[in-house]
This record gives sequence, structure tokens and C-alpha cells, in this order.
Amino acid sequence: MSQTDLIIHDEKDNVAVVVIDKTTKNQDCIGWIMENDKTIKIKSNNEILLGHKIALQDFKEGDTILKYGHDIGKVVAPIKKGDHVHVHNVKTKKW
Amino acid sequence: MEIPKSFLGYKRENGRAGTRNHVVILPVDDISNACAEAVANNIKGTFAIPHAYGRLQFGADLELFFDTMIGTGKNPNVAAVIVIGIEPKWTKRIVDAIATTGKPVEGFSIEGSGDIKTIMKASQKAQEFSQWASEKQREECPLSDLWISVKCGESDTTSGMAANPAVGNLMDKLEPLGVHLCFGETSELTGAEKVCATRGSTPEASKKFMKTWSNYNDFILKEATDDLSESQPTAGNIAGGLTTIEEKAFGNFQKIGSRKFIDVLTPAEEPKKGPGLYFMDTSSAAGECLTLQAAAGFNIHLFPTGQGNIIGNAIEPVIKLTGNPSTAINMKEHIDLDVSKILKRKMNMDQAGDELIKTTIRVANGRLTCAEVLGHKEFIMTKLYRSA
Repeated sequence: MSQTDLIIHDEKDNVAVVVIDKTTKNQDCIGWIMENDKTIKIKSNNEILLGHKIALQDFKEGDTILKYGHDIGKVVAPIKKGDHVHVHNVKTKKW
Repeated sequence: MEIPKSFLGYKRENGRAGTRNHVVILPVDDISNACAEAVANNIKGTFAIPHAYGRLQFGADLELFFDTMIGTGKNPNVAAVIVIGIEPKWTKRIVDAIATTGKPVEGFSIEGSGDIKTIMKASQKAQEFSQWASEKQREECPLSDLWISVKCGESDTTSGMAANPAVGNLMDKLEPLGVHLCFGETSELTGAEKVCATRGSTPEASKKFMKTWSNYNDFILKEATDDLSESQPTAGNIAGGLTTIEEKAFGNFQKIGSRKFIDVLTPAEEPKKGPGLYFMDTSSAAGECLTLQAAAGFNIHLFPTGQGNIIGNAIEPVIKLTGNPSTAINMKEHIDLDVSKILKRKMNMDQAGDELIKTTIRVANGRLTCAEVLGHKEFIMTKLYRSA
């Protein structure tokens, strides 16, 4: 098994999690989809820390973030593919 | 890996088995802590479990208090118990209930005789119990004597990727062998509650779960000034990369693997439907949750952490595992099992589950956990409302 920079839980997910110390701007990252053992490639637009998420597609306000194959919140500011996804652009749908 | 069929435990009078052989000095109330601690200081091989409550509680809150105290005394990790309270009536209620297990238990009340005479009398009995318990030997017990509780804390995204699914893998492998399993954290399943409800093994279990969760949610909406966004996820969760309570909930939920729960327990309620997975209605505060699970009779605990929670428990050994490589290095003395190699694809979930089973059995056999060695003996009462 080769090393990976990102982990994606489920094939349906539209975000990946950084599993190296951090990504750097314009770094070409390798992502591993745990569910089906496939590999994807994506360029990181920001420095993103271990455990933080990266967008696998463009999003507009109101879109839904999928992780573990499930809805984990709504987009509240536009996100470009490769951007850092966190509390500044995603919020819970609960409250 | 071939899973071992047995572990070395302490067989108890009521047929259960303990992974530990504690002699406990149990204060009934806050003002009896000093006396209980004095006895524990006098008599080696014993320890006190001080706490802050037990006075002027009433109704459901009082019943939960008794269930917690009695369940702690009845837990098979406890060989014998000294109960010390200010008044004889509540002291006797706890003693009589613990005595139904057949284990040695004796109660003392302080009113009318004072601390010093009580300490003397209780110390004499504690000495007898300590020496009696010291001769108990570990014997081969079937793996089904393990009652495993789980709860995660200081979670980050590595919890959902590595440590929690490793626990889920263990559950998938051990449930068919007749082990009792328990998860809780009603609040931290918020966001995944509908998916969690589908994991009831019967329509009744699913319905009971949704009712329990809705009651909790109504309480939050009633008490909260705005919403939970300041405390769920916590600042530690956010620093670790968790963005929403839904994301935290689905990560949390990985702990039960592909299992279905057979029943929903009230706080501290002993499971009665035989082996399998149970959900217990608990707070997500680690100290409170573990205290309730131990009071329900669980004898070993698995605690996945991301950013590094350091929790232990008074009577249940707490095994901590992490998938976060920084935590595994920087907080090494708290981590019993490092599964961070999953993130580098140098370990798969099957291997992580096997490693966790090995660690669990070593600890069940007597290996001290990090939390035990570091002196963590958290015992935190769940309070439903203020006392009278």
C-alpha cells in the first residue's frame, strides 16, 4: 500500500481529509478512497493542516457537504475545488 | 487472527467476572468523603471513591444516584465494599443492594459516633476485606465474560478515520462471541440520529432510541440560550478539523462498526437482554458517561481519542487509542494503542481491530492501563437537576 496525502471515507464524499502534517499551496495531493480502494489526485489551493478537509469540487452557497457518505452541513461561502473546508465556509444544518 | 477464547479474570459470587480486584471504600455523601479517605489511607489495598453528592436529592435524580452508587459496588471489578454515610438509612439501602451479588459488603454511619470511631470500626473491617481479596486468584474465563463499554473524547477527524472504526472492527469481531457491548453519548449522535435509529435490531429498539434522543434534544432547546454551536463541536474538535456536529456524530458513530443495538438503557441501567450491543442514554462528558457505564456492570472500557483526552475511571480500566500521530508522540504516556499507521496506509482496519483485541485481552488479564498507572480514578455523578 502506497502512502497517501488525503483520505476519503466514501465514494460519494465531496471532501477529503488531510493525513500528512500539512499540504502546501499548489501541492499535487494523492487521495485514497477507503471504501473502494481507488486513488484520486487533487491540487491543494491552501496550506491545510492534518485532520482538516479539502474540497474535491466547486461549491456554491447552500450546497451540501458529504462525508462518510452522509450530509454533514451546508456551504455558507463559495468554495473552489482544492480549498480548505472548515467553519469559515461550512455550517451545521441543525441550528 | 484467531481470537483468543478466554481471558484471566476474577470469578465473582454471582457468576460475573472482573478484570480487576478492587476493595472499595464508598462514601454515600459528600460529608462522608473525609472518613472514607481516612480508612483508605489506613488500609493498604483499598481506595476511596469520593464524590460531591448524596444529600437532599429527590425523585428521579435520587434514584439515579442510588443506581450509580449501587451499580458501582455491584460491578464485578469490585471484590468487596465498605460503605460509609452520615445516616444509617441510605447507607443500608446501598449495602443491602450490593449484598445481593454475594460479595462482602459492610456499612457504617457516622451520625452519633463521629469520624474517629467510625474510621476505627470501618478500618478493621476494611483490613479483613483487603486481606481476603488479596488471596483471590485470576482464573480462565470465557471471552463472553467481557462487558466492553466505549466512549470517545477530544475527537478530531482522525477519530472518525482510524481510532473509532478500529473500535467498530473490534465490535464486529467480538459481538458474535457473546460479549456485552455498550455505547452512549446521546448528545454527540446529534446530526446522525436518524441513521443511528436505523441500527436498532428491532423496531422497538429504534423507536426507543428516537424517543431518548428527542427527549434530550427538547431539553437542550429548552435550556440553551441560543444553540449548542459554542460547545458542539468543542474548540478542541474545531482545532482538529471537525467542522459541524453532524461530522462529529458520524465520526463518533464509527465506533459500533456494522452492529445493531438490541436495547436502549436508561443511565446506569444494567443490560438484561443478554449478549450484544446496547445504547445507553448518557451525557457526552467522558467522566459522567464512563461512571454510568461502569455502574451498569461493564468491566473494561475502550476510549478512542484524537487530540488527547486523558480520562480514567475509578473501577473500570480505560484503554485509550488514537489515530492522531502527533497525539501518539506528544501524549505517549496516555496512549495504550497507537493506530496512526492507518493514516499512512501502513495498517488496515482489520489489523487495527486485531491489535485492539490483543490490547483489550492483555488489559483484561491484568496489564495496567496508562490511566491506571497515572492515577486517574474519575467518578462523576450524573445529576438530573438541583437538590432540594
